[in-house]
Amino acid sequence: MNEYVVLSSILFTIGCVGVLTRRNAIVVFMCVELMLNACNLAFVAFARQHGNLDGQIAAFFVMVVAAAEVVIGLAIIMTIFRTRRSASVDDASLLKY
Amino acid sequence: MNEFVKPVVDYFELSPLLIVFFAACLGVVVEAFVPRAHRYLVQTLLTVGALVGALVMLVLVAREVPSYADGQARGILAMSGTLALDGPTLFLWGLILVLAILGALLFAERHLDGGVSAFAGQAAALPGTDAERTASTRGLDHTEVYPLLLFAVFGMLLFPASNDLLTMFVALEILSLPLYLLTGLARRRRLLSQEAALKYFLLGAFSSGFFLYGAALIYGFSGSMQFSQISEAVRNDVDNRVMLLVGLGLLAVGLLFKVGAVPFQAWTPDVYQGAPTPVTAFMSAGTKVAAFGAILRLFYVAFGADRWSWQPMLWIIAILTMVLGAVLALTQTDIKRLLAYSSVAHTGFILTGVLGVQASGDLSNGEISSLQAVLFYLATYGLMTLGAFAVVGLVRDSAGEATTLSRWAGLGKEAPVVAGVFAFFLLAMAGIPLTSGFVGKWAVFSVALAAGAWPVVVAAIASSIIAVYLYVRVIVLMYFDEPIGEGPSVVRPSVLTATAIAVGAAATLMLGVLPGPLLDLAARAGEFIR
Repeated sequence: MNEYVVLSSILFTIGCVGVLTRRNAIVVFMCVELMLNACNLAFVAFARQHGNLDGQIAAFFVMVVAAAEVVIGLAIIMTIFRTRRSASVDDASLLKY
Repeated sequence: MNEFVKPVVDYFELSPLLIVFFAACLGVVVEAFVPRAHRYLVQTLLTVGALVGALVMLVLVAREVPSYADGQARGILAMSGTLALDGPTLFLWGLILVLAILGALLFAERHLDGGVSAFAGQAAALPGTDAERTASTRGLDHTEVYPLLLFAVFGMLLFPASNDLLTMFVALEILSLPLYLLTGLARRRRLLSQEAALKYFLLGAFSSGFFLYGAALIYGFSGSMQFSQISEAVRNDVDNRVMLLVGLGLLAVGLLFKVGAVPFQAWTPDVYQGAPTPVTAFMSAGTKVAAFGAILRLFYVAFGADRWSWQPMLWIIAILTMVLGAVLALTQTDIKRLLAYSSVAHTGFILTGVLGVQASGDLSNGEISSLQAVLFYLATYGLMTLGAFAVVGLVRDSAGEATTLSRWAGLGKEAPVVAGVFAFFLLAMAGIPLTSGFVGKWAVFSVALAAGAWPVVVAAIASSIIAVYLYVRVIVLMYFDEPIGEGPSVVRPSVLTATAIAVGAAATLMLGVLPGPLLDLAARAGEFIR
């Protein structure tokens, strides 16, 4: 039981570190998805522990939300890529201070 | 295994929510079937009509809502307890709908930029290409922004009403996703706008990941997502305190990001500057109202029993937010970024109000509860910010909006009325008496003081003084400095923007001179139902 929660926290941390260190917007976004999936694992593990279905239902909702997020996110990243020929988050630096 | 129970839908009580949602879906259908020439008119009428309709239904619902359980609060739990329709929810719904109507008027404005809206003619056409030029000479317009606006409003209505963590997460996403898109749709300065959308999206998705993991941990701690049962578990369960605290912290990260409190404020200036000004106006007001509604419900209802765990954290965040917001605003050279940092400082002031937790039973006559103070502050803040950004949209030169602060020098001579209205909004943000900002600040400071949070109030007063200097500097620039070269001109708006600015200014004045009725309304909203 505990192992799953530990695994989910490791996945979450990997995703979190990835968002902070990677430079390609697509990879950053994949790391966010990894964080959401780590949440799913935690939800399902806790649902099993408590013996109710709330957590499993939550996992389905999260999947739907993640899919919607992919649609919006890829659209935005695609526009940026087509304009600048680069998906690096370092290149998008017109707005500062 | 539990028996499956068919959920009861309270159609009448939920009608404001449902009207907005169905109008948004209808807006998508309109995009598919109505010829391009008619879409603008149809979409504008549909959007404004739906929002006004929702507001009318809201008034009817508010008159009917029964008192709840012990009679202290009024409201019902709808949709099997996932939505709480109580006084504060209805108050926030009314506020969000008013702001959304004014926002929709700003969206529909077409006089400022030579007959086209502030949104990209064809978002898919690359900036600087023939396709983009063709789109602009043909006068194309993205009317999809109206359904996106309605979806965002739907999310904002759902957010403060949600009574369990899963609904809150879904509402957070419904509110955010359309705003990410709207941010990237500016007609002018499209690179900035796209960059703002990218930053907003990546950081927003990152923070909602934190919110979700926090929700998972709290679910693991209490075995339920419902706020009432979480509250029960917080009261009774002494095991797993670590899980509770980590989960609470992660949930707070997600929500404080949405309101732009200090460690999580980095996106605010970039997004406010890059987004089309009507979107900035609507988003800065609406998101903050909805997210503070959610923060209040989460902290008061679910974690109210564990106040000593989260109050010190909010103390520090409130102080940092106010001071940093005011100080960083001083260094800005762009009017939209300046207003963005000023909105960060306002977040800190509202958090000051959140700190003054008092049950209405403990109040002596004439005192106000912290919930009431925060609701009132949100109303004043939303209306004056929306008005101020609407004014920013009027000051233009050949390249679009002239947002560089030095270009505003001497605007008072060029356009005394517009500069005067803007100066009035700035004075309200500074909290000068006879404006709504003063009453709002007085309300949140007094509740925080009553709860013993005097260090926060001292910091709040100090940063108010810094902020006064900031706003007065802009006013001096507009009235007493000579314009540098060819100054920007003030474009005469159509009746749409004029209405939005007039309502904002009138409300700011009225709430400053005569705050009684709205304070009464906030008091009548009563408590959250649990």
